[in-house]
Amino acid sequence: MSLLRLDHVSAFYGASQALFDVSLAIEPGEVLALMGRNGMGKSTTVKVICRLLRNRGGTVLFDGADMAGVPAHKAARAGIGLVPEGRRCFGGLTVSENLVAAARKGPWDGAAVEALFPRLAERRGQKAASLSGGEQQMLAIGRALMTNPRLLILDEATEGLAPVIRQEIWAAIARLKRETGLSILVIDKSLAELAGVADRACVLEKGVSVWSGGFGSLTPTLAERFLGV
Amino acid sequence: MLTERRLNILVLALLLAVPLWAWIANEPFTITLATRAVIFAIAGVGLNLALGTGGLVSLGHAAFFGIGGYAMGILASHAQAYTAIFEWPVMLEGTKSMPIIWLVAILASALAALAIGALSLRTSGVYFIMITLAFGQMFYYFMISWPAYGGEDGLSIYVRNGFPGLNTLDPIQFFGLTFVILLLVLGLVTRLRASAFGLALGAARQNEARLRAVGIDPYRLYLLAFTLSGAITGLSGALFADLNRFVSPTMFSWHTSGEIIVFIILGGVGRLMGPVIGAALYVMLEHLLGGVSDYWQIYFGAILLAVVLFARGGLIGLLVGREVAHD
Repeated sequence: MSLLRLDHVSAFYGASQALFDVSLAIEPGEVLALMGRNGMGKSTTVKVICRLLRNRGGTVLFDGADMAGVPAHKAARAGIGLVPEGRRCFGGLTVSENLVAAARKGPWDGAAVEALFPRLAERRGQKAASLSGGEQQMLAIGRALMTNPRLLILDEATEGLAPVIRQEIWAAIARLKRETGLSILVIDKSLAELAGVADRACVLEKGVSVWSGGFGSLTPTLAERFLGV
Repeated sequence: MLTERRLNILVLALLLAVPLWAWIANEPFTITLATRAVIFAIAGVGLNLALGTGGLVSLGHAAFFGIGGYAMGILASHAQAYTAIFEWPVMLEGTKSMPIIWLVAILASALAALAIGALSLRTSGVYFIMITLAFGQMFYYFMISWPAYGGEDGLSIYVRNGFPGLNTLDPIQFFGLTFVILLLVLGLVTRLRASAFGLALGAARQNEARLRAVGIDPYRLYLLAFTLSGAITGLSGALFADLNRFVSPTMFSWHTSGEIIVFIILGGVGRLMGPVIGAALYVMLEHLLGGVSDYWQIYFGAILLAVVLFARGGLIGLLVGREVAHD
């Protein structure tokens, strides 16, 4: 059984339809790359999965349970961990406080997060707002891991970061896949880096899932057609 | 360098030193003023948990202050008249014991805060402010129209309630009692703010959607904070009533809610000792400016305006800087 399954999902922002027909599935331990050009509905799909936006049509199943009517905080408690676009840490709290505020019982605790991102240990008492972009991103990932999720969603986790930091984040994602067996849904524009971690890909175009398959079968022709790269 | 921690210790030391000096100098009125400041500080620390940490601007905390006051008034008035509060289904008599009165005040105000919070926290912003104000005023007019407990005239208690081992009529002993309660409340709030609950509450103030995404329901957090805040304010109401040996519907008035907010703004919103500094300054200015003019609030208003405009982190912000962990 898939850990997450979306079938023919549609969603609206007020009267504007953003998603028309999105279907995808993530198996336990799998890394799925959700791809598409800007404005195609990737972040909206993430919002629907996290129940920050309700789908008007179709079904969202997490671990076999229908997520219709489930509020966002309960979706997170069910095991969906989100690293939102733009990092969005709690700027007024310290690194350590950000982690404690989100903590729930499970293998991921402050020590485990600091082992994954040693930089956070060095910045433990520092306000999140005063961290560099890369450190904030590490904190955002750490905070999501502190909820002990079964599915980790990374929405543009490396956007706008220095190449060295990007490598550090990708290395951490690869380590998560290798060592924890966590299911990961990752949105990113970097095909080269995605190729190193993603098992499968799903491509969105104008709010419709138009292609899905093994990441290796995403040929340059398909990439150029759907992603413009 | 003056740090916030050092300032906090200095303020508490001053708050203790002034009445001790007054006791030695035989100035009981000054001790009463200090006791009043301490009691207001407890109310402010209570509201600051909701307002400063959680960002909940409640204009109805007078309701809890008044409930605490009337808990004392009702229990003590029945005890002094040797009458039962009610006789059916079980006989419930009044009491002159402070610990029992405090317990009742805390429970009654916490229950009221839970009920008011459950309804008003479904709104936010200006609507939340208005709903809490409306609840406070409902209590105010209810007490005015309840003749059994004095109506508009309020209730007088002839002798201050008792605490085991203390002579509470002695101003310095009653001050000591309220000061210890303030320390206990400050200790509780410090622990709460450092706990996962307190951190999540601070996070909710910054961004509710982000908090939901990590599995925490902001509504429950706010409700718990509002209830705890109401309970602490209720306790201060009971102490205030005992200080004056009098309760009246004025305790429920929106002016009282405004005053508690003023303590917090003066000292520093969200700072642990902000309400303590604010309440002490308020009582001091009320006394000093009140001696100059009956319209002392005009001068006080100008001072408050200056603090809001030029010291936006309150007096603590002015002295040690605005940067704090929960700002």
